[in-house]
Amino acid sequence: MSPDAIDIVPLEALLERVKEKRDRGCRLVQISAARLPEGVEVTYSFDLKNRLSNVRVLLPDDGTRLPSISAIFGCAVLYENEIQDLFGVGIDGLALDFKGKFYRTTVRFPFGSTKAPAPPPAPPAATAAAGPPQNTN
Amino acid sequence: MARTVIPFGPQHPVLPEPVHLDLVIEDEKVVEARPSIGFIHRGLEKLAEKKDYNEFLFVAERICGICSAIHGQTYCQAVETLMNVSVPPRAVYLRTIWGELSRIHSHLLWLGLMADGMGFENLFMHSWRIRERVLNIIEATTGARVIFGVCKVGGVRRDIEPDAIPGILAELDSIEKDMRDVTKVFLNDKSVKARLCGVGVVSKQEAWDLGAVGPMLRASGVAQDMRTLGYAAFSDIPVVPITRTEGDCYARCAVRCEELFQSVEIIRQAFNRIPPGEIAIKVTGNPAGETITRTEQPRGEVVYHLKANGTKHLQRFRVRTPTFANLPVMLKILPGCDLADVPMIVLTIDPCISCTER
Amino acid sequence: MSSFSKSPWVIHYDASSCNGCDIEVLACLTPGFDVERLGVINTGNPKHADIFLVTGAVNEQCREVIRNIYDQMPHPKVVVAVGACASSGGIFADCYNVAGGVDSVIPVDVYVPGCAARPEAIIDAVVQAVAILERKRKEMDAETVSKEVA
Repeated sequence: MSPDAIDIVPLEALLERVKEKRDRGCRLVQISAARLPEGVEVTYSFDLKNRLSNVRVLLPDDGTRLPSISAIFGCAVLYENEIQDLFGVGIDGLALDFKGKFYRTTVRFPFGSTKAPAPPPAPPAATAAAGPPQNTN
Repeated sequence: MARTVIPFGPQHPVLPEPVHLDLVIEDEKVVEARPSIGFIHRGLEKLAEKKDYNEFLFVAERICGICSAIHGQTYCQAVETLMNVSVPPRAVYLRTIWGELSRIHSHLLWLGLMADGMGFENLFMHSWRIRERVLNIIEATTGARVIFGVCKVGGVRRDIEPDAIPGILAELDSIEKDMRDVTKVFLNDKSVKARLCGVGVVSKQEAWDLGAVGPMLRASGVAQDMRTLGYAAFSDIPVVPITRTEGDCYARCAVRCEELFQSVEIIRQAFNRIPPGEIAIKVTGNPAGETITRTEQPRGEVVYHLKANGTKHLQRFRVRTPTFANLPVMLKILPGCDLADVPMIVLTIDPCISCTER
Repeated sequence: MSSFSKSPWVIHYDASSCNGCDIEVLACLTPGFDVERLGVINTGNPKHADIFLVTGAVNEQCREVIRNIYDQMPHPKVVVAVGACASSGGIFADCYNVAGGVDSVIPVDVYVPGCAARPEAIIDAVVQAVAILERKRKEMDAETVSKEVA
């Protein structure tokens, strides 16, 4: 798949773009998040007649919240709760909010969090937060 | 009538795997179902940061022990797309053959669990007896029964010798006959029909809107099967999606029954057309770029989203498994059903929790 | 062999297994292997069980569930860790949500190798577990007798 099949949109345009997809009769295939150095990238994939199209937004690490698309695609709630629990992204307007209890993980926000700026590296005690998550035993 | 909450799971006789549902019921009718998951969440997507892209194949195959073969195949396909590797045609055919064998074993496994769920012990044992015969073919050709790890980036690890093929085809003919007998019971038996017909109905529109995939979607009348995208050997072997229109538990069972024979036919065609030659090519370098790869698993469409930046570790590995996509439909059809039908409805989405929670 | 160990009842729990070992445990009970003909019965009730088969590595969610099932089983009891994950965490040992093998929660008597563990290996482990069960029962009897004498 060439990267141009991914439509990168500003956060404000997300809901409108998703609505367009729904009006064209698309099926929501998946929502996936990926941690980048500058924030979290959220990709929405849609299918129509076996053709895949994608919409992408970037959430910077400054506590920016993601609007939920669950009012447009009801099945988005599971994906959004997953992103909320694993990536520490705040989501507004979830039709069904598990409030961080969807996946109960040993490590809170295993893929980092956009809610607060990354902790400054330095004292040895803080390295655990920056490094890969550690098991408790 | 007062409302009662009945917990279903995590340990429940019809579920080989732990999942939990809080069922809000009024009298005998379910009015609401609230899921809570996470019992099998391991966090394997993050392992991509610790294991290089070749090692990670073994993790991908262990996302689920039932759909392991197609997980391995999809992962390899995705990495090969990133690295612009074209796999030798013989390897592509072998992947298809093993993929379809594992679809047959998975569907038989499901039919057995379904029979067990409705208390039809005899049918359960027969389904699993036939499944053992399929596993024997898999074991003879790959060396293992359930997680057989034959795929690798660039091809496959093992070949099927030409003189072994007639024996496999003969065994397949005999298995097909066995499957005809057992599916006849699933499709025609009065007690099975009484249990499945008209239970858990999903309309075509509902299934599509809620993002259902695989047999769940096809049983509601949508002809969608990722194999029609033409990956692996499906560019040469056309697949016509099997559909039903009723959208109930019976339709989902019937779709899977018919798919058994479809897979047998695909394997036959693949063996007839399999080209000679290499089974793998040497792959060097590291993957870079991004891909979203889709294939059809026994349970439906699986989506792999890979991002790589030219190092030996993938930057992001994400998989959306078919059961994850089918959960919203299940939650939608549970309200309104009888409490006694809950196991049937939960089973007909063919839940694979290990896939879902990763 | 006493009549007690001629028909061991097993209970199976999936900790955070990938399903591979679980379907092999089930395969042991169905035609092809059929351990029921040897008197082994799969039960869903911990209070009926003598042998506890655990598959998969342990995570935070299932730690309590395993403990709970184990505590409810009557004495004597034997625990079998089925597969690489149950024995040590296996391929998932480095995952953030995995705490380790089953022995990080409850004492394990028999470890079954394999990923996935083969039905033959699982049956073999149950046979070993029966011997351990027998030994534990004798020890229990001896304790009761010595208490009565005292």
